[in-house]
Amino acid sequence: MRKSKKLSELLISKTILACGVFAIGVMLLIFVFLLKDAVSLGGSYSFLDFLTGRNWYPISTPPVFGALPLILGSLLVTAIAVVIAVPLGVGTAIYLAEIAPAWLRETMKPAIEVIAAIPSVVLGFIGLTLMAPFIQSLFNINTGLTAFTGGLVLAFMALPTIISIAEDAITSVPRAYRQGSLALGATPWQTTSRVVVPAAMSGISASVMLGIGRAIGETMVVLMVTGNAAVMPTSLDSIFKPVRTLTGTIAQEMGETVFQSPHYYALFAVGLILFVITFIINWIADVVLHRYREAE
Amino acid sequence: MSTESLLDGWKPTAPGDVTPREESKMEGSPVRIEGVRAAAAPGTASVRNKVELKDVSFYYGDFKALDDITLDVPENQVTALIGPSGCGKSTVLRLINRMHEEIGHTRVEGQVLLDGRDIHDRDVDVVELRSRVGEIFQKPNPFPKSIYDNIAYGPRLMGVRKKDELDDIVERSLVQAALWKEVKNKLGNSAMDLSGGQQQRLCIARTLAVQPEVILMDEPCSALDPVATQQIEDTIEVLKEDYTIIIVTHNMQQAARISQFTGFMLVQETGEPGRLVEYGATSKIFTMPDREETENYITGRFG
Repeated sequence: MRKSKKLSELLISKTILACGVFAIGVMLLIFVFLLKDAVSLGGSYSFLDFLTGRNWYPISTPPVFGALPLILGSLLVTAIAVVIAVPLGVGTAIYLAEIAPAWLRETMKPAIEVIAAIPSVVLGFIGLTLMAPFIQSLFNINTGLTAFTGGLVLAFMALPTIISIAEDAITSVPRAYRQGSLALGATPWQTTSRVVVPAAMSGISASVMLGIGRAIGETMVVLMVTGNAAVMPTSLDSIFKPVRTLTGTIAQEMGETVFQSPHYYALFAVGLILFVITFIINWIADVVLHRYREAE
Repeated sequence: MSTESLLDGWKPTAPGDVTPREESKMEGSPVRIEGVRAAAAPGTASVRNKVELKDVSFYYGDFKALDDITLDVPENQVTALIGPSGCGKSTVLRLINRMHEEIGHTRVEGQVLLDGRDIHDRDVDVVELRSRVGEIFQKPNPFPKSIYDNIAYGPRLMGVRKKDELDDIVERSLVQAALWKEVKNKLGNSAMDLSGGQQQRLCIARTLAVQPEVILMDEPCSALDPVATQQIEDTIEVLKEDYTIIIVTHNMQQAARISQFTGFMLVQETGEPGRLVEYGATSKIFTMPDREETENYITGRFG
């Protein structure tokens, strides 16, 4: 009896260990594979030129792989998304957590979380057919497929993440803080803005970081609505011009490259840049969340 | 537990005040109490009443939580409310700074007067009221900010911006709350790193910083160890010179030690509202209560 129990304990713990090792192993292999192919570009192309080159002409002879317009394109679209989504998302979270009546909060929150379940291709389609023509006529520009359009759709995609996590963070601020503030003669808004929101700040920042992470890694939407012109965004009006992002480039060009050609390796290098950016954002989010848990 | 042992640390004003139990026993008990009209205790004619509750009943939704409470709280004294759990002591406190409004679906009947003015009047500004009537909660609830910012929170709300003015308020409040010596070199540290007793004194300092007139304390020592409790009690002793203090406590020795007036509250039967059974000078309540229920409670027969 005791022996069989011991055996089953052992079996279960080893199985779980195997699951963990497998998952982590797969991730490591993906990273190694990505790194290996990205580094292979170095054989035929200088990394410095790759990172700082202002032109992306992968099929000219000789090919030019300047990834800077792509990096800036990704950052520009993400920045636009953040500027739109953060105030809107955090504002909505504060409203839902602090001001909205209970019945409204309980209907709105699941409804907002459903937005996260809309496939990005559907959002891209809406952006392409509804928003792009609208933006084109609104700003009287040549094409509605711009960085701004992409940022707008990405903002919409990042909203559920930001709202949901920020609302959780605000709601989990202990009631005692609110009571303490109100009992000192603070108005409800003073209580919210000076005690509750600062107390939830790490959670709110984490929600923003995760929202950014979602936006920068998004492919389908940007492929459909940003116009995909690998042009350096040099001035402010680049916002209303087509751009190309890191993700969009890989998605669009990978199917046409020759296996193990410089172009093929260049696309892996683009993937590595994306990986590094996403990793940094997730790492910051993790540090921030961790601090938030410690503060509790 | 005998009455005498409850009086540790409390000195009766007149010798021979201690009454044998038999004398205060009432005929034909138990008696159903329909709200005692507790007038101000004898010998207090010269003391002004800071807070007065007149025929106050209180409802949470349909549930009647308090019935016909009449209570005069004299200025610059410590008034204690004692009674078993769930008898409505804390609810009485909440009515005095209108914190009950944060719950919703509540109704108040009767009057709660602060300096003779009904604070439940529609034109009384609740924010201003709460700056005059501070509250110390059962569990210390410092904000997750620095010690300095905790104290400066209230004054800043009221528009105090100057650094030296805030510095003065912070120091004065911490001195009054007997915390200054321990924290003066670490005002920038998080208040969350203080011990429980220090946190509670910080909360007292935070309340003092807005210079209230009345301080409500809802079992302020229930989460603290005896040493920290002693420190809070010493602080209360000093504070009553300048503030009117109403304290809810489970600890009868504490009520006996620190208060000048004591009200005993009780729910007679489950589901009934809480009533004020007896109210008067602490010396009288703890030595020769008029009501048998009071005596039973303070001698530890129930509750």
